[in-house]
Amino acid sequence: MSTHRLRVDPVACDAYGFCAELLPERITLDEWGYPVVDGTPVDRGLVELARRAVAECPRRALLLEAAEA
Amino acid sequence: MSTLTAPALASRLLSPELDGRDPTSLADHLALRGELPPLRGDDAAWVAAMLQAVADSGLSGRGGAGFPSARKLAGIRRAGGTPLVVVNAMEGEPESLKDKVLLTAVLHLVLDGAAVAAALLGARRVVVCLPADDPSGTAEVLRRAVAERARAGRSGVEVVVAARPGGYAAGEESALVEGLNDRPGLPIFRADKATPLRVGRAPALVHNAETLAHLALIARHGAAWFRSAGTAASPGTTLVTVAGAVVRPGVFEVELGCPIDVICAAAGAPDDVAGVLVGGYAGTWLGPQHLGTPFERGALAELGATTGVGVLVVLAASSCGITETARIARYMAGESAGQCGPCVFGLPALAEDLELLAVGRAGPTTMDRLRGRASLIAGRGACRHPDGVVRLVESALVAFADDLERHARGHACRGTAAPSVLNIPRNARPGRRAA
Repeated sequence: MSTHRLRVDPVACDAYGFCAELLPERITLDEWGYPVVDGTPVDRGLVELARRAVAECPRRALLLEAAEA
Repeated sequence: MSTLTAPALASRLLSPELDGRDPTSLADHLALRGELPPLRGDDAAWVAAMLQAVADSGLSGRGGAGFPSARKLAGIRRAGGTPLVVVNAMEGEPESLKDKVLLTAVLHLVLDGAAVAAALLGARRVVVCLPADDPSGTAEVLRRAVAERARAGRSGVEVVVAARPGGYAAGEESALVEGLNDRPGLPIFRADKATPLRVGRAPALVHNAETLAHLALIARHGAAWFRSAGTAASPGTTLVTVAGAVVRPGVFEVELGCPIDVICAAAGAPDDVAGVLVGGYAGTWLGPQHLGTPFERGALAELGATTGVGVLVVLAASSCGITETARIARYMAGESAGQCGPCVFGLPALAEDLELLAVGRAGPTTMDRLRGRASLIAGRGACRHPDGVVRLVESALVAFADDLERHARGHACRGTAAPSVLNIPRNARPGRRAA
């Protein structure tokens, strides 16, 4: 079964922090405002929220990648 | 600089017979090493046999990551197009001298290995990258050797010597390739590391100079010969730069698996040491109780360490490991390419916490803050630069735990004021985001 994982492109990321607001289940911010992503698979119930967080990133720095389960 | 051989040492690359010969002379090289077998890159059977020999030899990259050479070659071959061979002799690690030794004492072996790799890949160009800020004229020596080989009709490929801007991360392979593409030489974020790097359209095989020198010997003597040194899991020999509190600092060749304390003894280490930094500034401090560990990937992995770029920095018992680690962390923070937040902000924060601890000005929460920061930073940069600093810092907290307890209670130690044994250079350039 195909599943998804979140990653950050750290070069593109500029610490806007929207991702942590939209998906606190998987993303927290470090003391400088940069996202710390839980790399475990994003379960079905969270995929739509994850897609929204990806779409809202002003730097296009959040990636939702297909991964083998 | 010492390249002595002693009973504990190996002599494949650094042969004692080098003494009295001109290592930059092609004639002397051939007299010592013999002819390289004919490279038949257009003969599929020869290519297949040589690729098999590389796989059987178990040769792994000597630049730090330790990736199997055969798999790297196969990945570039699958990428299609006409590849390019990039010889990485950037020597970004300040304590390392091996690339310099390779490009002077055994440069023809490095060029032989590059020619073998080019034949296996169907590459027609080789670019030898070395730091531009080398005052000793290594690039000129190399250019003369390349010209001599071309006149003798022995190159088969075009060899270009490229003096590149230096610095700690300049040899990181994606940064090196970016620079060769006439872009700023900064590491890039690769979502998929299996995708080969390219210079223009050419897939680029980036190999450390030492890896190619070993490849030249495998082409001459075969896989079984290569495996007759080292261990079953880590075959062959390797170059180690021993630095710090030793009588004979320099580059030594050892069989992989040689105990760390034996290597240090060859360089004249004192009996009473506080620890040894294994792998370089992105490496791991090991305390005295671990110095019998074989210098080899598997054994070091059990201690969270790697061979890195083959560096051992010996710290005498009179030095302070926390203070020396703070100095390295501050330097490494300044060597960030300045692209990724966790590195730009995290590394100076680690350095500051260590500095507070070193001088005895730590508050009651400094230790916890340092541990917490270290645990959050690793794995969050485009390259492994921050991961290396975290490894360094976390290993110092373990190796110097007794000392650390005193420091955390607000006491500096005698070693804090002692002169540094490190060769920390000035930072090469300010980062993009740095103030």
